[in-house]
Amino acid sequence: MTRTLAEVILSRVSGRDVRAGDLVIVPVSRVMVHDSVIDAVMAGLRDLGRERVWDTSKVCVFVDHAAPAPTPVVADSHRVLREWVREQRIPTFYDAGEGVCHQIMVEEGYCEPGSVIVGSDSHSNSYGAVGAFGAGMGATDVAVALALGRTWLRVPESIKVDFTGRLRKGITMKDAIMRVVREIGTDGARYACVEFHGVGDLPQGDRITLAGMTTEMGAKAGIVVDTPEAPAWLRPDPDAHYLREVSIDLTTLEPQIAVPPRVDQVVDVSVAIGQPVDIVFLGSCTNGRLVDMQQAARVLRGRRVAPHVRLEVVPSSRRQFELAMQDGTLQALSAAGAVIGSSGCGPCLGRTGGVLAAQEICLSTANRNYKGRMGSPDASIYIGSPYVAAVAALTGVIDDPRPYLEATDEEFDALVARRRGERPERGAASSRSGDRSRELVMASARSGPVAEIDD
Amino acid sequence: MARAWVFGDDLDTDQMVPGRYAPFMVGQDKFHTYAFCDARPGFAKEVRPGDILVGGENFGCGSSREYAVAALKKLGVGAVVAKSFARIFFRNCINLGIPAIESADAIQIVGDGDDVTLDVAAGALRTPHGAATVRPLASFAQEILSAGGVIAYLRENGDFPRV
Ligand code: SF4
Repeated sequence: MTRTLAEVILSRVSGRDVRAGDLVIVPVSRVMVHDSVIDAVMAGLRDLGRERVWDTSKVCVFVDHAAPAPTPVVADSHRVLREWVREQRIPTFYDAGEGVCHQIMVEEGYCEPGSVIVGSDSHSNSYGAVGAFGAGMGATDVAVALALGRTWLRVPESIKVDFTGRLRKGITMKDAIMRVVREIGTDGARYACVEFHGVGDLPQGDRITLAGMTTEMGAKAGIVVDTPEAPAWLRPDPDAHYLREVSIDLTTLEPQIAVPPRVDQVVDVSVAIGQPVDIVFLGSCTNGRLVDMQQAARVLRGRRVAPHVRLEVVPSSRRQFELAMQDGTLQALSAAGAVIGSSGCGPCLGRTGGVLAAQEICLSTANRNYKGRMGSPDASIYIGSPYVAAVAALTGVIDDPRPYLEATDEEFDALVARRRGERPERGAASSRSGDRSRELVMASARSGPVAEIDD
Repeated sequence: MARAWVFGDDLDTDQMVPGRYAPFMVGQDKFHTYAFCDARPGFAKEVRPGDILVGGENFGCGSSREYAVAALKKLGVGAVVAKSFARIFFRNCINLGIPAIESADAIQIVGDGDDVTLDVAAGALRTPHGAATVRPLASFAQEILSAGGVIAYLRENGDFPRV
C-alpha cells in the first residue's frame, strides 16, 4: 500500500479506499464553532431549515476571538451565541476568558486521533497535533456540518516534512515551522496535507505550533505522525507517495523572523538584528502556552522591558494561565512590565486589547503578519519565537536571543545596554509611578514566586 | 458585459474585508460596504452586479472568514476568475453560489476595467484583447452552483450531490 496519512484517515472514515483527488463525504467527530462567525453559522442553519444540531455532544463552542466583548455590537453577538448554546443544550461551551478554541480542543481531549473535525476557523489544522484531520471551513460549511454531521472533502495530496537532529538552546519549534513556511511558501501546500515526521514525541504544545501553522502554507490539514495519542493503525504506509518532501535539520536551525507583510518572507535572525519594535505580543494558539511564557520569563525575570516598548502577554487558555501563575512565570512577566490579558485570542487578530496604531512595529509570537492583521493597516508585524519576543521587549530591537541565554549577568546587562543605545528614538515611555514599590516586586520576582501570604 | 477588476497574487481575505469591519464589528447590513476599502478604495461603490474579479495565484488566502465572500455576494460579484484559489475561499464561493473559476492566462490577458464576458460552457473569458481559457468546474461544484449555493441545494435535495 502507498497511502499517506490523509489517505489512511479519509479511507477509514469514508468506508472506501480513497486516494488524493477523490471526493469523499465523511462523518465528522466534532464541529468547533467560535464567536466571530456564529451569526453566519446560525443564519446558515436557519436557511437550511434545521432547528437543531445533529448531535449536541459533538459540538464545541467558544467565545475567544473578541473576548471579553470590546464593543456593544460584539457583546450583543455573544449574548445571542449564549442563548443559542442554551436553547440547543450544547454542554461543551467555553465562555470569554477560557482560552483559544484550538488550545482547548487539543488540551482538553476533544480531538479524537484519526477522525475528521470541522472548525469555523482557519487554524483548525491544529488538531493534527494529536493525529486528527482538522480542517478549517467557512460558516456555511460549518452550518452544514452542524446540521448533517457530515462534510465533503477532496482527498488532499500530501507533503512530507521530515525533521532530523535536535534543537539547540534558544531555538524552538516555532523557528522550525517558520523555516518550513520559508521553504514551502504561503501557497506551497495549497489543498494539501502536511505530514510531520520525526517529532511525534515532542510535547503537545510544540505539535500544536507545527500543525496550526500549516495554515500559513495554505494546507487543508497538518498532521504529526506517531504521536503518543495515535492508535497503531494511524500511520502512513512506508512507501506513501508525496507531492514533495522537505527535510529540516534542527541542529543547524537559526532563530527565524517573518518580515512584514508576508509570513513566508522569513529570514535568519542575523538579518533582522537591530530592527526596532514598539510593542511585543506573546500569545495566540501558536505560542501562548506555559512553556512559551517560561521562555520569555527566562529572559525577562528580574528585569524591565525597554523604556519605549510595551509587552502584552495573553495565555492561550485558562489552564496555561493558571500554570503560569502557580510557578511564578506571570509574576515575573508582570514585574517586567507586561500587560497580562485574559486567555483568548487577544490582539492576535486586532479585535481586542493591544490593537496596533499606524506606523507601529510589533514583534508577535502569533502566526500572521498581513497588513492590518492586528489593527491599523499601516502597522508592521514581525513574527518570531518567544525567546526573540522577550529579547525584543527587553532591548526594543530584534536580536538573536542565544547570547542572552548564555551570558553572565554582567554580560547580559551590557548586551541590553548596547542594543537599547542603538535603537532609534521612537514613541514615548510611560512615566511609571510607584517605581520604588516596583523595585521590591521585581526583587521578589527575581527569586521566584512571592512567599505565601499568612493570614 | 461585465467589468473586470484585476488583482494580483496572494490576495488575502483581510484585504477583501479587513477584520475591523467584520459583520461582527459593524453589523450585518454594512460590512460589505468596506470591501477592499484599504486595498482598492472605491470598489464597494463602483462595483456593479455581474462584475468579475480576476486574480493571480492563491486568490483568497488567509483567514477562513466567509464574510469576505458574503460581501462579494452582497455586492453582486458575478464570478471570480484566478490562476489558483486558496481552498477555504474556493469552498466559500461555491457554497454561497459565486463561481470560482481557474484560468491560467486570464491575469495576463485581462486589463483592469475591461469589459468582459464569462462563458463557462465554452470555457472562455472574452475580453477586448482576446479570450482567456477557463477550466470547467467539477460536476459536484456545478450542481451546487446551479442551485444557487449549498444551502439551496440541500434544501431541495436533502443531501450533498453524489461524489
Ligand atoms: S489566537 Fe490568533 S490564530 Fe489562533 S485562533 Fe485566535 S485569532 Fe486565530
